[in-house]
Amino acid sequence: MIRLENIKASYSEFSVLEGINFHVSEGEFLGIIGPNGAGKTTLLKVMTGVKRALNGKIMLDDKDISSLSRKEIAKIMAVVPQSIFIPPLFTVEDVVLMGRYAHQENRFGVTKQDLAVCEEAMRKTACLSFRHRQINELSGGERQAVIIARALAQQPKILMLDEPTANLDIKHQMRVLGLVKTLVREHGITTVMVIHDLNLAARFCDRLILLHNHRILCDGISQQVLTPKNLLEAYEVEVNVEYSEILQTLQVMVKGIMNYE
Amino acid sequence: MSRKQKKYLFILVIGVVMACIIGVMIGPVFIHPLVILKIWGHKISCGLFFQPDWNSIAETIVLDIRTPRVILAMLVGMGLSISGAAMQGLFRNPMAEPYVLGMSAGAACGAALAMVLGIGTVFGGLTIPAMAFLGATATIFVVYNIARTEGRIPTETLLLSGIAVGFFLYAAVSFLKLIASEHTLRDIVLWLMGSFASGSWQDVKIVALPILCGIIVLYFFSRELNVIAFGEEQALHLGVEVERCKRIILVAASLVTAVSVAVSGIIGFVGLVIPHITRLIVGPNYYILLPASALGGGIFLVLADILARTVTQPMEIPIGIITAAIGAPYFVYLLRRRKKSVSWW
Repeated sequence: MIRLENIKASYSEFSVLEGINFHVSEGEFLGIIGPNGAGKTTLLKVMTGVKRALNGKIMLDDKDISSLSRKEIAKIMAVVPQSIFIPPLFTVEDVVLMGRYAHQENRFGVTKQDLAVCEEAMRKTACLSFRHRQINELSGGERQAVIIARALAQQPKILMLDEPTANLDIKHQMRVLGLVKTLVREHGITTVMVIHDLNLAARFCDRLILLHNHRILCDGISQQVLTPKNLLEAYEVEVNVEYSEILQTLQVMVKGIMNYE
Repeated sequence: MSRKQKKYLFILVIGVVMACIIGVMIGPVFIHPLVILKIWGHKISCGLFFQPDWNSIAETIVLDIRTPRVILAMLVGMGLSISGAAMQGLFRNPMAEPYVLGMSAGAACGAALAMVLGIGTVFGGLTIPAMAFLGATATIFVVYNIARTEGRIPTETLLLSGIAVGFFLYAAVSFLKLIASEHTLRDIVLWLMGSFASGSWQDVKIVALPILCGIIVLYFFSRELNVIAFGEEQALHLGVEVERCKRIILVAASLVTAVSVAVSGIIGFVGLVIPHITRLIVGPNYYILLPASALGGGIFLVLADILARTVTQPMEIPIGIITAAIGAPYFVYLLRRRKKSVSWW
């Protein structure tokens, strides 16, 4: 579904990504983890075509991203950005309807299909009960749900999320990630998510990519990636990794920052 | 468009008609609204309806003096308000207004230069508007090219370069004022505060097409403006070709502003505050916000122009004074009444 071939990117002279190669197959839930400054956000920007790669190729649904218009990209891929700027006064419904932009041929007016898709998107994300409220009045968790609904209104094959749980309490973290997981499982939406929380990453993602120093340090299932050795190298922290029987997933416990002295 | 939104537009359209009638009605000579309607009807139907039972002086006042002036005020009000609304959306900044990119300073520079050089009457009455238009378009061209980097126009850079160029040009205007004769200085000062006193059918003919075209283009981009309100990166993700849209919206808004400022001088406040007032009433959706701002701005300027020419009869006060003196207190009232809605960006 998404293939990156030998991607290199930089900000002026500073190289931020080098030799990035990976492939995300259809219906896969990929988590991108790594310390601050490893290049996670840049990688997402390159993958969404917002930032141009210096060299290398990105294929979306077997099409080169550089040959696609923004509308064509938006029909394949929806993005839930990290910090969402919300102009007040727009209602939830208005915002979700904006997800239809790429599909709307007519400059004015909204089709029955647009409305039906939005209704369905709001139903899946449980936004229907507050559809007429202004988005600036909502809580952080509700707002995140609205932005995911807007992404679904694009009817994408691929969903990109940049730290969707940042600024959310633990209940809403679980709710948002549970929702994303459902979308992957039941609707086969290929999903790539940048996330800081290693435990949530291990619990929800099918596969993890650990970025370190602008390169991929490790790529695989959580048991392969979340090892004390890898995490020591990437984050410079000493950790204990255990398998939790209750959660049926790996849990990372940070023991302390590595001492250089 | 919801029923409520249609209702707002309907009320505003009625308001436009009412404002036009009142604008023609009031003046040194009062003319009865029915007579106005009959004269208009007679003229529009090329003499088929309403045989003249009015005196010819009334006809001259209505057709040759007041109607063109009212139409001109309506067009300029519409143009400044809609481009103000579009600029605020594009820059996601409440301080944005049609003149924000330095076009008023450029127009002032052109007009003042024409006056100081004494070429104001060389090509008939059109020299000053033409120079003002040239000044405004040259300014936006320069500002645009200063801000352009690698084929993109970052909005922050655009805003700042507009302010910088504006300051520079106002310095030039100040210098021109300094060296101008007393009589010319008065003309420059009056021009800087805007007026429709010289509004004629010729002016209407020149500005109607560009202003209406600009308004239509901006209205066509209301969906993009809605999406861009969420930030340019989100707009990209939703499928908007942000740079292309920005360019088109900028060109349309600038054209409308340059034409308006050329015929009327600098009328402040309309383009800043009418969009805000409209947003407080009809909401942030550009589908409704753009046409409602345009109609509201037109009504506002027609009414302000009535005051400009009647309050201190027979002398006129510049309309810029009226728009600020009336609009600002009303805006403050709205801000106080609906505090929570103010921070829409």
